[in-house]
Amino acid sequence: MESSTPPPPPQPKPAAEFSIQVAGADRPKKVPQAKRGKKGPPIAIFQWLLGGLAVCVALVVVKLNTPPGTPTPARRPTAKVPEESAADKRREGSKQGEADNTDSRGPEWGLDPLPEARHDRTTFELLAPPSPRGRLDELVFAKWKQLEIEPANPCSDAVFLRRVYLDVLGTVPTVQEARAFLNDKSPDKRKKLIDALLQRPEFADFWAMKWSDLLRVKSEFPVNLWPNAAQAYHRWIRNSIKNNLPYDKFVRELLTSSGSNFRVPQVNFYRALPSKDPKGIARAVALTFMGCRTEKWPEERLAGMSAFFFKVGYKRTGEWKEEIVIFDPHKSDAPPPAPKPGPKQAGEKRAPEKKLKPALPPRPVLPDGNPVEIAWDKDPREVFADWLVAPSNPWFTRNIVNRVWYWLQGRGIVHEADDVRPDNPPSNPALLDWLAEELVKSNYDLKHIYRLILNSSTYQLSSIPKSKHPEAAAQFASYTVRRLEAEVIIDALNQITGTTESYSSIIPEPYTFIPETRRAIALPDGSITSSFLELFGRPPRDSGLESERNNRITAGQRLHLLNSSHVRNKLRDGPGLKKLLAEGNASESVYLAILSRLPGDGDWGGGENLAWTLVNSTEFLFRH
Amino acid sequence: MARIREVYEPLSGTAVSLNCQRVSRRELFARGATSLGAFLLGRQLCLAAAPKRAAAPKPADAPKPADARSSSSGRQAKAKAVIQLWLSGGPPHTDTFDPKPESGSDYTGPLNHPIETNVKGIRIGELLPELAKVADKYSIIRSMTHGQDGHETASYMVQTGRMPGGRLVYPAVGAVVTAFKGFEKGTESLIPPYIVLTQPQGRFSEAGFLGIKYKPFATGGDPNAYRFEVEGIVAPGISDGQQRSRRAQLDRADLLARTLQDSPQMVAAKEAEEAAYDLIIGDAGKVFDLSTEKDDLRIRYGRNTFGQSCLAARRLIEKGVKFVTVNQFVWDTHKEHFQAMRRLLPNLDKGLATLLSDLSERGLLDSTIVWCCGEFGRTPKVSWESPWNGGRQHFGAVFSAVVAGGGFKGGQVVGASDAKGETVKDRPVYPGDLIGSLYELLGIDPEANLPHPMNEIVKATPSPAEGLKLAGRLKEIM
Repeated sequence: MESSTPPPPPQPKPAAEFSIQVAGADRPKKVPQAKRGKKGPPIAIFQWLLGGLAVCVALVVVKLNTPPGTPTPARRPTAKVPEESAADKRREGSKQGEADNTDSRGPEWGLDPLPEARHDRTTFELLAPPSPRGRLDELVFAKWKQLEIEPANPCSDAVFLRRVYLDVLGTVPTVQEARAFLNDKSPDKRKKLIDALLQRPEFADFWAMKWSDLLRVKSEFPVNLWPNAAQAYHRWIRNSIKNNLPYDKFVRELLTSSGSNFRVPQVNFYRALPSKDPKGIARAVALTFMGCRTEKWPEERLAGMSAFFFKVGYKRTGEWKEEIVIFDPHKSDAPPPAPKPGPKQAGEKRAPEKKLKPALPPRPVLPDGNPVEIAWDKDPREVFADWLVAPSNPWFTRNIVNRVWYWLQGRGIVHEADDVRPDNPPSNPALLDWLAEELVKSNYDLKHIYRLILNSSTYQLSSIPKSKHPEAAAQFASYTVRRLEAEVIIDALNQITGTTESYSSIIPEPYTFIPETRRAIALPDGSITSSFLELFGRPPRDSGLESERNNRITAGQRLHLLNSSHVRNKLRDGPGLKKLLAEGNASESVYLAILSRLPGDGDWGGGENLAWTLVNSTEFLFRH
Repeated sequence: MARIREVYEPLSGTAVSLNCQRVSRRELFARGATSLGAFLLGRQLCLAAAPKRAAAPKPADAPKPADARSSSSGRQAKAKAVIQLWLSGGPPHTDTFDPKPESGSDYTGPLNHPIETNVKGIRIGELLPELAKVADKYSIIRSMTHGQDGHETASYMVQTGRMPGGRLVYPAVGAVVTAFKGFEKGTESLIPPYIVLTQPQGRFSEAGFLGIKYKPFATGGDPNAYRFEVEGIVAPGISDGQQRSRRAQLDRADLLARTLQDSPQMVAAKEAEEAAYDLIIGDAGKVFDLSTEKDDLRIRYGRNTFGQSCLAARRLIEKGVKFVTVNQFVWDTHKEHFQAMRRLLPNLDKGLATLLSDLSERGLLDSTIVWCCGEFGRTPKVSWESPWNGGRQHFGAVFSAVVAGGGFKGGQVVGASDAKGETVKDRPVYPGDLIGSLYELLGIDPEANLPHPMNEIVKATPSPAEGLKLAGRLKEIM
């Protein structure tokens, strides 16, 4: 059934995508500043010609606002920042003057011209080397020692606050939350914050989103779950995370359940697949729960594993779009499912379907090479699940702890996290094994693993690397900087400005309307989207690969944040931001709301323009 | 009716290299920042077809023979670009390009006086007088068919050539053309190669499995307004000077970028910002300023959103954009259809006719395909009863499409519907046939593969091997 009305006028959506790929090793290590920043001089010349007088005025004001000899940080702060020599200061002062010459601020700006933001690196980190705090750190520190890698310093409280909120909740802290944490003087405040965040409802929202990416939760094709089923499935996933269902039980439920897609939502695992034949199921199971890409397996391993899924059956019912997933003991006697005939073409006559000879099911062989005999009336999925979730099966436990590590650290111990194979070894095998043991010991409590990682010195390193060692990133010697997820950015913009988005899906029926207060991280269905989410690389949920989520920064995204009516209207009219600006300490509140830190000496006041500047800064857009 | 000529022109074997010239990053940096943003866009677009990021150019990086980038060379490309006028909702074939005045008033309604065109034997609907004057420039396909009466399925089929519901969500023609043609001008232009005026489809994702890289840039705004406020590029109430001030402030305030300035993420962020500002305050964004066009030309196009979108499309093509879609979401006229036609058809008439003459006068029609149709036609028999009160419903059994330029002959009619316009009488044309013809004219190798994120082998051109119903490319008008 398709809608017969024209689509509603879509939201203004610049869906541009002209992306710049984040460099890997092939990028030139250093581009000379003069060449990279060549935008400056032509603009300055232009400005000089058109508004020379204004520039002169601006320069004078800058001079007045900048006491002679004001220390300005070196472009790349060095460790000796606290003690600068007078000569350094003079040099920096003259540099400041040069920078002013290229300043192209026009007369329209209306704010006092501002000096460059002045900070030393203490905004981001503590000036002391990190020390190990537990077994996890010992394993990581040992590797650094062995490879002679110097780790980054520990991150500052403000950086930790923002990072842990973003990593655990996909949410930025509110002004009150930020203030409370930064003012807290207790030594174990980081640990207390971690414990509190793991209990928050946003934890379930954010991680249900992550799992829905991997499990391909969306109503439309190619997966075609249908809205009711997608939402039921999402609700089941979210509740499992909220109730901290042990991970082995979570996976067993997904793999062995039978019933209606509406009433036993976990059966949708067998519906949300690119391909529902036994091999297609085996491929998805191996990818999701073992981190293996079966195209890199020997063919017979996939064949042996797919035999466990030969008796998965699908049945229609009288209810619209209901589908029942069953264990069908007789399935192997039936002919293989004919390819689903497409809609009939005009004037087409369909040939009667040919009866094919039943294909003999292959013999079930576990991925570890052991063949098993299964009675005809026993559900082979049970046998497979027993093997998979057994504590002794490293395929299962290592995969999930490696993924959790990857999600929090931005880089897997096996990297990429869903490409486990003998020729892609873990960068720290002892660490991987230890985390897997901890998972089993804790009765598959994933929050225990989160806690171990989040409380470690390793996780709490700053993102400013100290080592140029080629293995530094693979050994987690600094925190990995990465762009925020599409959903997280729009939720943060809404939280800061006190605005909302409307999400709805008119295709397919039944129409789905989402309450305005719902955050994007809590959207139940990948088919419910917006141009913003698409532009910022929300995954299509087709393949279940981690790499589907595209967090590269693109020119189109920059255009949208810098200049679109969507973001402009939020900043101009958002009641939340207006309230912050009306407060006595407006600039401090705006800094806390957007960057979760206090302004430094060189940061400035200013209203909507300050907010515009900060939401366009990389400090806002990247977790760091 | 014009006699259909069967013409088989042997394709010339002359290779036309459409590959972007590969230039190293360093060279580009050395050439200065004006080309930097362009390079970033252009390079990405050129390399768009390569599934993995190409490293600093080395001979070893030469594309494999079957990938999208290389396969547009080696064949004669008559067309360089496409303008797609997408009449979303389904325009009535019998009131436009396939009139049936003899079928009686229950079919024709009040519109039963089709008019002669400047090509002997071709008649079109009476509300299209301007198009009647330029019928020698376009061809009409009167036997389009797919049999689907649902908007979503039909839109998908007409714009991908494929059936929905399989494992793959196919990309629309615009995304495929973008993948193959990228940016011929390479580093000269900043503008994205695939642009939608003014709103995207909504019915399906244009990029399909190709992913967000291949999504069109949707302009938003209204080209008929005093200032065409292209979303993200032209901001109301902010002058160029203010934009520069803001940018300077941002550069000063961005502490993390300064602290981590060598990190790849910060370099990428900086590059993205440079590229964005080249569109906001650089010359590239000027293509959207229609006020530089002569008033009488703007009036000929029609001072309405559709007409001015057609004009904007021509300007974009002139600047090297490869695929422009003008979406018009007004054609789902279930009720009071004829009143709607008197309102809508004059705009279509002026917009399309002026676009064809304007392209022709500028020598662009030979290299630009214009493709105008909706997802289906409308029921030839009028629903006079309430609540339709003279309406027409969805009709996928037969409908019309118009193609012109870029190697398509003008003044021809392909195929025919029956006396009442209800079935295909002669020479069915399936969506895949038309799309295959477009690709052929654009020089896209029929055997070429699309870049697939998981490296599956997927052909760009719809083929019978996929189980699709096809009746052959439009050789008679190519």
